[in-house]
Amino acid sequence: MTGVCIIAEFRNGAFRQVSFEIASEGRRLADALGEPLTAIVLGDGVTAEAATLGQYGVKKVYLIDQPELKDYLAEIHVPVLAEILRSVQPKVVLSAASANGKDLSARLAARLGAGLAQDCTELLIENGALKAKRPVYAGKTYAWCAWTNGSYPQMASCRPNVMACSLIDASKSASVETPAITLPAVVKSRIVKVEASETKVDLAEAQVIVSGGRGMKDPKNFALLEELAQLLGGAVGASRPAVDAGWRPHADQVGQTGKVVTPTLYIACGISGAIQHLAGMGSSKFIVAINKDPEAPIFSKADYGVVEDLFQFIPAFIKEVKKLKAACG
Amino acid sequence: MEIIVLLKQVPDTETVIKIGEDGKSIATSSIKWVINPYDEYAVEAALRLKDSQGANVTILSLGPQRMVESIRAALAMGADKGVLVDDPAAEGSDALGKARVLAAALKQIPHDLIFCGHRAVDDDENQVGIMVAELLDIPHLGLAVTIEMADGLIKISRPIEGAKVQLESPMPALITLGGAHAIWQPRYASLPGIMKAKKKPLEVKKLADLELSPEQVGAAAAKIMVVSLKMPVPRQSGLMISGDTAAKAKELVRLLHEEANVI
Repeated sequence: MTGVCIIAEFRNGAFRQVSFEIASEGRRLADALGEPLTAIVLGDGVTAEAATLGQYGVKKVYLIDQPELKDYLAEIHVPVLAEILRSVQPKVVLSAASANGKDLSARLAARLGAGLAQDCTELLIENGALKAKRPVYAGKTYAWCAWTNGSYPQMASCRPNVMACSLIDASKSASVETPAITLPAVVKSRIVKVEASETKVDLAEAQVIVSGGRGMKDPKNFALLEELAQLLGGAVGASRPAVDAGWRPHADQVGQTGKVVTPTLYIACGISGAIQHLAGMGSSKFIVAINKDPEAPIFSKADYGVVEDLFQFIPAFIKEVKKLKAACG
Repeated sequence: MEIIVLLKQVPDTETVIKIGEDGKSIATSSIKWVINPYDEYAVEAALRLKDSQGANVTILSLGPQRMVESIRAALAMGADKGVLVDDPAAEGSDALGKARVLAAALKQIPHDLIFCGHRAVDDDENQVGIMVAELLDIPHLGLAVTIEMADGLIKISRPIEGAKVQLESPMPALITLGGAHAIWQPRYASLPGIMKAKKKPLEVKKLADLELSPEQVGAAAAKIMVVSLKMPVPRQSGLMISGDTAAKAKELVRLLHEEANVI
């Protein structure tokens, strides 16, 4: 039992950003243990990219590059991952707390009889063992988790956008090994189709989120937020009342029942700040609240507050952002 | 068709969470317990299949006696019967331990489909349902925002980062529900539904009834545990920006650019 092994997420010809984050976090943990960092990469057409994980300090990559692994299907991916992990025998396994990452982590943990902490926001090594911090009650409070003595592997999935990404050496490449593993012959479920979504930036991965609530008054008014989000390279979110009213798609809902997000900048427009919404966005790095009600609870979470009618303020704000962009080239 | 819904009880989402005296669980006095919202969507999804295809819907829960109220609430929505596994020996189980109890109970209940929320909004573990599928060796279709059945196959769509995926599986299969209230709009119990629910069968089981030995579950079997709860660091009180509209807009952009360095 030695080292840290990450399960990288590869889709559509590229690693997802979270893969570099878990590689970087894996490097920090492996250094603390004084043990090696390895990675497992499953995918289709991934061979050319696999060794680049070396730039983040991965020593060795276990690679399986096959058409059947193009898109994630638990019944194929999990047995393959389990077989590789049983032979690599790492102390710590890190995965992405993405939709697919959480799915495979839970199934894998059950298969390996391992303890798993999902959606971790902080990891550390204490007395040679992993400790993990993760939000519970959507971030109203945080749980520190520890694994029982001698229980390996210690599995943790990491929330995207949280762990710092550290490129160690752009010239380094990892050594690549291709384990001889036969994919499961009988698979019951199947992928019918995969459609790319229209929105460019996904809420869970967005650095900037411009969110609207009941104060938006009408679905058409979200065009204002779309414009601002696009200008800032971000995504548009919504509070539950805006989604319940049918103004925005459910996938945009931020809160305890919805997405829990941690962007660098969260701009809440016309959102009063119900406790279940605050839980879902409260750990954003910077929060701006725009609301005409000075008593709105959202202001208690805001780094910067603007008490004003958002239909007056946002166009003025957009104008200033454009000026700044023009000045910065 | 037999559909089982795994149901958990959680504090209402408007609850202000406080840490309990042991430092590793929450203070539970004055909490209003409700059905985990995603499990409530699971009940609704099961009842829609019951309405369209015909099915028996059984609610299966693991937990203390207070669970009975939530099981009855699901029965009032239209589910047919309930099974509660209530055994102090299961306390302290980690996610895998809980999944073992549920899987053992499911081995005694005929099932074509198992529905549950993709996570419970208390512990946010994101794993018990999926682990049950693994232990039963059946497919899991996760984060479903639509569910259809045709030709004996169950088909779901699930959003993942940047894409929407459609999955299909024969039965038995386990579906975890995603989406939001706006999609599933779980039905309210009718008054006759509430009256009927009181007479619907609700069986209470112990671990011994499930042929599960205590060393497979509970605190002693846990591979991972919560050692402490910590409240988030309170945010510094924010700056309220004053001035006329143009001045406020200008100042906010300056602050975000120069002080926060985020735009």
